[in-house]
Amino acid sequence: MTDPLQPPVKKNPQKRTLSPTRPPESRSRAALGLTAAAAEGRFALQCCAECGEVQYPPRDACSSCLSTDLPWRDVSPKGRLIAETRIRATTSLYFRDRLPWRTGTVQLDVGPSVICHVHGDCERGARVVLWNRLDRAGQGVLIAVPEERTQNMQDDPQLRAMTSDPKHRRVLITDGRNPNAPALAKALLGAGAAAVFVGEGEKWRPYPERAALEALGVEFLPLDVTDTSSVGRMAAEYGGKVDILINNARFIRPGGVLARGDTGFARDEIEVNYLGLMRLAQGFGPAMCSRTGDGVNSAVAWVNILAATSLSNSPEMGCFSASQAAARALSQSLRGEFRAAGLRVMNTYVGPTEDDWHQPLPPPKVTPNALARDVVKGLQNGLEDVYCGDVAKDMAEKFRRDPKVLEREMTMGGEA
Amino acid sequence: MTSPLATLALALSSGAVEVIDLTHTLDPDFPVIVLPPEFGQCARFRMEEISAYDHRGPAWKWHNITMSEHTGTHFDAPCHWVSGRDLPQSAVDEIPVDRFVGPVVVIDCSAQSAQDPDFLMTPKHIVAWEREHGQIPEDAWVLMRSDWSKKSGAAYLNMQDDGPHSPGPAPEAIRFLIEHRAIRGFGTETVGTDAGQGMHLSPPYPAHFLLHGAGKYGLQCLCGLDRLPPTGAVLMAAPLKIRNGTGSPLRVLAMIEKGTA
Repeated sequence: MTDPLQPPVKKNPQKRTLSPTRPPESRSRAALGLTAAAAEGRFALQCCAECGEVQYPPRDACSSCLSTDLPWRDVSPKGRLIAETRIRATTSLYFRDRLPWRTGTVQLDVGPSVICHVHGDCERGARVVLWNRLDRAGQGVLIAVPEERTQNMQDDPQLRAMTSDPKHRRVLITDGRNPNAPALAKALLGAGAAAVFVGEGEKWRPYPERAALEALGVEFLPLDVTDTSSVGRMAAEYGGKVDILINNARFIRPGGVLARGDTGFARDEIEVNYLGLMRLAQGFGPAMCSRTGDGVNSAVAWVNILAATSLSNSPEMGCFSASQAAARALSQSLRGEFRAAGLRVMNTYVGPTEDDWHQPLPPPKVTPNALARDVVKGLQNGLEDVYCGDVAKDMAEKFRRDPKVLEREMTMGGEA
Repeated sequence: MTSPLATLALALSSGAVEVIDLTHTLDPDFPVIVLPPEFGQCARFRMEEISAYDHRGPAWKWHNITMSEHTGTHFDAPCHWVSGRDLPQSAVDEIPVDRFVGPVVVIDCSAQSAQDPDFLMTPKHIVAWEREHGQIPEDAWVLMRSDWSKKSGAAYLNMQDDGPHSPGPAPEAIRFLIEHRAIRGFGTETVGTDAGQGMHLSPPYPAHFLLHGAGKYGLQCLCGLDRLPPTGAVLMAAPLKIRNGTGSPLRVLAMIEKGTA
């Protein structure tokens, strides 16, 4: 078992906050396939299309038959830990602050042996599972964990360094008015979050979710993502206390371009869904980026909740989908801008949600609880892309396979 | 003999005539009217820095602002409502400027409003007020004082599950003011010229429907009406000159004789 992670002690105000550092980042283009799989929490390796040989490390030609057709496939992550050691000295700035660091060799059942990070609960010679996770440089790395879950397994310092676990961290949910806010707050507190702040705009307008949020004991902060001065004020006051930011602010109205006939709601959609994200990033981003090395409750993740139609437009919600696509594009820029600090951007893609605006749509719809569960799980697994619900998973799969086919299906109004 | 304007100028400089402000500050968090969400909504006041003596413009500071014609303390022109859409001079840019300066009376309904957030001012209240202060002069602004401007936050709209609750005029009161007193316009301290529950009156939103149908003007989100005398003040309420504008945020000022409030 792992020693349970203790809540952080109050910081010594005379000590300098640790500057962000990153583990080695450079990879070959071929190796980025591992990162792509890690972003979704999948364990995938290159498998030769000609002879079937499973490859590791990633390469451009098959180690057995020299074929260059090496697609990434999900394979069994199981194997045996055949060697392990603890590194106690290093020139790497990132690992120097985190020593000792356990590494080892795992003989995979599917063939290759892999040098990897090793969870503290793995015993030499024991059966293990390889998890493909993103490290703080945002690259896919492999960590061996026990085949059976152990107590407090998530608290292993090496594993925690690769995840965005909410335990002992302070979370800001940006919009208390979103019907999913209480479920998110509850799931985060259930996952051990030290505090949940909930942004609240236009206090002069009551909303039904407030009572549920009050009952959970969250702290309300005046925050309206459409109001630059409000975002600036809250970021100045609380930016250094937000370890995970979950942007659930969303403006949605049905209709495509011609159905609406004006740009009124589209402007609101852009104000909230796109510019709101930008304002939050300009406000909270710098403070969070400066605290990614700040111990147990370091700043760790930025979560966007995006419609799956940000991948490919759904004309019934055409203008809204476009605003989501803009937000998705912006999140990619943020990934680049947060990269040096190691602050992870986790996009959670949802299909139609169980709320007023999707009321005329048939199921399946994503409930607030399902969304909250997937957000917390995604943070615990340190993911970058989470697809919540069947519709989003299906769309992501089609998007991967052929974006043009998906576009055609989406724009044929269900007649495909 | 001194000219009337010279007398006024002297009175202003001596302080015998005071200028008071009846305007709320344009603030991003000031309430606006809330409609069912499938309808278009009133934009809130927003301000973005263009530059602030920095790399975006080294020696100057300025902002871009956005808002609705009906955000904050604002003026309603007749074309704001369907009943006034075809009237001549019904948009803010067409209204003759002399309509923007004129006499004003204040009917104090603050005691009733404190008792009952759904208080409706009726002709009976107006007549009772006239017994004390004299008949409302023709072509005057009539302001309904409720002290509602002293409320803030959720208490201002007072939104409940069955809609907002705030005082306003009864349909008969508006008819009386239009038909028997030939007023210029009607103003309130609440978010609209109508009561919070005005949609349930007949006609719905009677102040909007009747006033604008008769070519009269509206003023809402006023403050400081407790500083105005019941009669004898001059109101200055000039909306921005917006082409085909249905209303406009504005600075509402009043001139009062010292010691009359």
